[in-house]
Parts: sequence; structure tokens; C-alpha cells
Amino acid sequence: MQAREYSIETKDLTRVFRVKRREARGEKREITALDRADLAVERGELFGVLGPNGAGKTTLIKILATLLSPTSGTARVAGVDVVANPWEVRRHIGMVSGGESSGYGLLTVEENLWMFSQFYGMRGADVRKRIKELLEVVGLADGAKTKIYHLSTGMRQKMNFARGFLTDPEILFLDEPTIGLDVQTARTLRAYIRKWMDDHPDRTILLTTHYMYEADELCDRVAIIDQGKVLACDTPAALKRDLQEEAVFRLKVEGDLDPEKLLRGIAGVHRFTHAARDGHAQLDLILADENVLLPVLSGIQGTGGRLVSLEKRAPTLEDVFIRLVGHGLNEGGDAGGASEPAP
Amino acid sequence: MNLRREMKTFLRTVIGRAYPRVIGMRREKSWMLFEVLLPLLQVAAFVYIYQAIGAPPEFTGFVVLGGAMTAYWMNVLWSMASQLYWEKETGNLELYIIAPTSRMAILIGMAAGGIMTTTIRAVGVLTLGVLIFRVPMEVTDVPALVGVFLLTLVALYGLGMLLASLFLLWGRQAWHLANLLQEPVFLVSGFYFPVRALGFLVALGASIVPITLGLDAMRQLLFPQMMEGFRFLPVGTQLGALAVQAVVFLFLAHRALRYFEDRARREGRLTLRGL
Ligand SMILES: Nc1ncnc2c1ncn2[C@@H]1O[C@H](COP(=O)(O)OP(=O)(O)OP(=O)(O)O)[C@@H](O)[C@H]1O
Ligand SMILES: [Mg+2]
Repeated sequence: MQAREYSIETKDLTRVFRVKRREARGEKREITALDRADLAVERGELFGVLGPNGAGKTTLIKILATLLSPTSGTARVAGVDVVANPWEVRRHIGMVSGGESSGYGLLTVEENLWMFSQFYGMRGADVRKRIKELLEVVGLADGAKTKIYHLSTGMRQKMNFARGFLTDPEILFLDEPTIGLDVQTARTLRAYIRKWMDDHPDRTILLTTHYMYEADELCDRVAIIDQGKVLACDTPAALKRDLQEEAVFRLKVEGDLDPEKLLRGIAGVHRFTHAARDGHAQLDLILADENVLLPVLSGIQGTGGRLVSLEKRAPTLEDVFIRLVGHGLNEGGDAGGASEPAP
Repeated sequence: MNLRREMKTFLRTVIGRAYPRVIGMRREKSWMLFEVLLPLLQVAAFVYIYQAIGAPPEFTGFVVLGGAMTAYWMNVLWSMASQLYWEKETGNLELYIIAPTSRMAILIGMAAGGIMTTTIRAVGVLTLGVLIFRVPMEVTDVPALVGVFLLTLVALYGLGMLLASLFLLWGRQAWHLANLLQEPVFLVSGFYFPVRALGFLVALGASIVPITLGLDAMRQLLFPQMMEGFRFLPVGTQLGALAVQAVVFLFLAHRALRYFEDRARREGRLTLRGL
């Protein structure tokens, strides 16, 4: 049988950064931003890469977009090797990064978009029509004639988003496209991504995010990465199905208790995370099965804690992530899941 | 073949990238005033010194011409050479690199836009200077004058493109380099006096910056009598040298751009960290 043709394919893709450590007098430290990553994205897929800060998402996109060389391993985009033939790769791709500040302040939104389209050799009349359509879609039609130094962060991001679709790329890289946007705007953009994919079944999008909801709702398949390693890769449903055997609970507890001490000792607690929430301790538990809940509850009682609420949840991608990595997706940043956009 | 398409994209890229420069100038008219007045003040300072020491009126002409041409040198340093550094800071560079277009087209667009805006500035300085200080000029050979001027620009902006590619790698250090290059070049390329005054060898060394030869040739063509005593090289030689410089700088810029882009890609310097 003929080998399947992938839009994006990486094998053992690795990128090591050497950073000078100032305090150590020129001594070099190595950061493995991407660690032997194997990915295969089929044509027509909306593929998500989910991972916490520093996981290597941007590094991956930059290698695929020919902006960064891999240290070892290979990457093919549209069937073309990114190192051997970056020029050919560029004919097939587009890229938008959340929070980018590209463009020239003195130009209007329209003019900026037009300028970038010219680097793709697009015809003036076609461009104007596309720009108009896209600005409608992202809700920036009123701002078409605004100079971009007057734009708010969100408006700027809408413009960049429009730029990504303007050239109608075969493969589009979206690096955290909804980061920092309000719920409504993020929803609009996500809906457009989905619609564009449905209208153009031959296009491929690789989207990175650290919002698990976004990956879950939007993506056909999701790769979960942490510290440069691909930990799992499947459809959101299949990823969650792997957790079906286990029981996922969320508990709110009042009173002084040390969850680490309490839960470490209980057999059958596969993973847990905890966070302080308006005076309560919120515990998210992945248990071998429901029976493990009993020792947990008696443990809480034993330390003088009082159970405020108990909820059995359907597993989310966040739980999948916790199961794989051992800590929450947004931990270490602002409070766990607080920056999550609401559905 | 696809050649037609490629050429179209090349041309559209040039125009696209030149556009923000041209439109930017139109939208910031007040800046223009400063950019003509400040060089004019500097010119005035030299003019009064020359008048005070009783130099012939042609010297005023040397200075006014030099003052007009400084605009191009400043533009090359600050809007060509260091430009890619700023483009990297804003994230534009990434978008230029991933676009299926020629980097030379982007740089040529930058240069074309820069030349257009700077020419308006230079013409402003020249016109006001000639009128205010009553410069005695006799245009002897118009084609030669135009030829020298255009070749000077091509060679100068070619040098700018070459420097620009260095900035891909050096970033901030290269910015210091531009700072460092500004004043000494004013001095040695003879912006305010014929370069021959510094001696033949210094003039020869300074000729690496095309504006040195260009200025000298233009002065010879505009003030033939006065320049007889200060001639650095014959105009014909200078024209030839400028043509060679134009070709060499453009060629080197093209090569350097590839080389530095590849290196920057390996070293992870094409993009900002953590963006
Ligand atoms: N140019 C660089 N030089 C040195 N280290 C780098 C560079 N770029 C990235 N890194 C490091 O590589 C690791 C992965 O970074 P990367 O930007 O790919 O993560 P990310 O998943 O995109 O994170 P975020 O969610 O914060 O955007 C981080 O530890 C980062 O500090
Ligand atoms: Mg990132």
C-alpha cells in the first residue's frame, strides 16, 4: 500500500538551546526545548499541541515554519524537508503568533494587511476583497482605517489573525492564537478556525495552546507535550477514554490541612492537584476507582478538615495532562486553571 | 515557467515594503520640518566659519551639498543597516522570512522607500541652502552629474543592505556599530569640505563609503574652478569606482544575507525568545 501523505511529519525532532549563564562567568547551560518529538499530522486535520509554558510549543512551530533549525531529527512540511528546502516549504505555510506586535504603526489595519499580502504576490483587487471579508469575520470591520498604533491588544491580535488567513495557506501555524483575548473574541476566532477547516477540507492547521478547553473543543487530534517530549497524541475523546477506568473527583475542603501529607500515604490516589480557592482548599483527584474515596474522606476528617462539596467529574484533557505529567497544566503560573476561558 | 510569477512577487514585495516609508512620511509632516531644519543649522555653522575665515563662496556650496548628502548617509545607517534589528524586535522579521519572497526584494523596497523620503529632505536642504547662502553653482555636465548621483545612491544603499545582514546576527552590538560609524564618516568622507584636504591616503580609505567618491565627483561637476585644487580623483575614475562598488556591495549583500540568515537560524537568533 502507498504510504500515507502527511502535511506535517517530524521524526526525533530535537532542539537544544545553549544559553550563557551570566552569573556562572560564561559557562554554558543547555536547554532541550524539543526532545525527540515524533508527530504526524494528516492533511485536513486541525491538530492541537497542548502544553504548559516552556513545553516547546513555540520552538516546534518555529522549526516547522523554517525560522529555526533543529539540532537533530527531521521535519517535513507539505512533504518537504524544512532544513533541506525551506524555500519550498514557505510556499505552503502561514503563521500567526498570539501577542505578536508586527506591522507598522503609521499604517492602517487595511494597509498593513495589504503590505503582507504583497510578499505573497497577491493581486490588489483580490486582496482588498479578502481583507474586507476577514475583517468582518474577526469583528474589526470598523477598525479597517485605524492606524495600528491606536489598536488595543485584542484588536491587534484580530488583525494578525486575519493576516494568517489572508493568503489562504495550505498549512497554517497558530501559536496560542487566543492568548490574552476576552472570552467573546476568543470564541469568535475559534468558531472561524473551525469553519475555515470545514470549508477547506484540504487545509491543515497546527495550533498550540495551553487552554485545555480550546484543544478539546476545537482539535481533531491533540498532542500533549511537556518539557519538549510528546507524552500522548490522540483524539480528545480517546485521550479521555484512557482515564475512564479511573475516577476523577473534585473536593472542596475547609480547615487547615496539608494535602501532600494526607494524600501521599493513600494507596490508589494516582494523581492529585490542589489549589486555594476563596478560603477553601480545592482538591482534584484521579483515583484508581471510587472505593479509594473512602480512605481520602476519612483522612480529611482525621485531620480536622470539613468537606464542603464533592463532585465526580467526567475526565477533561486537564486530567489527562495531570495523569501524564503529575501536575496541572497551568500550575506554576497563575492559580490553576484561572486563566482558562469559559466555554 | 514560474519566472513571470516570481518577478511579479518580487516587484509587489518591493512596492509593499516601500509603501510604509512613503506613507509614513506623508503622515508625519511635522517631522519633515525638523529633518530639513536641523541639517540646515549644521550647514549654517560651517558656512559662517568659512565666511569668517574669508574662504571663497564656493566653500559654502561644498557645505550645502555635503549637508544635503548627509541625509542619505543617516538614512542608510538608521533605516537600512539597523532596520532588520528593529524588524526583529517587532516580529516583522519572522514574517518576512517565512514569506515566499526574496529578501533582496524586501531590502530593495526598504531602500526605495528610504531614497524617496530622503530625497525630499535632501532637496529641501539643498534648495534652502542655495537660496539662503547664495551659492554660486554652474552645472557643467548634467548627464555626468545625474549618473554620479544615481550610482552613489545605488552603491550607498548596497552598502546599507550589506550592513543590514550583519544585524541579523549581532542585533544590539550592530546598533552600537552604526552609532560609532556616524560621526567619523561625516568627518572623513568630506561632508563639509573636499576630502582631498585630509590627504590622498585618508581619502582613499574613506572611499569605502561610496558617498566619499560621489560627493567629490559632484563637487567637481558643480564647482569646477574651485575644485581644481582639491580634486581627489578624476570624475571618470570615480564613476567607474562607484559602478564597481554598486555591483560588489549588492552582490555581497545578497550572499551575506543568505549566510547570516542560515547562521541565525541555527543559532536561534532570527526570532525573539519567548515570543
Ligand atoms: N532562543 C532561545 N534561546 C534559549 N532558550 C530558548 C530560546 N527559545 C526558547 N528557549 C527555551 O526553550 C524552552 C521551550 O520554549 P518554547 O518557547 O518553545 O515554549 P512554549 O511551549 O512555547 O511556552 P509558552 O507557553 O511560554 O509560549 C523554554 O525553556 C525556553 O526558555
Ligand atoms: Mg510559546
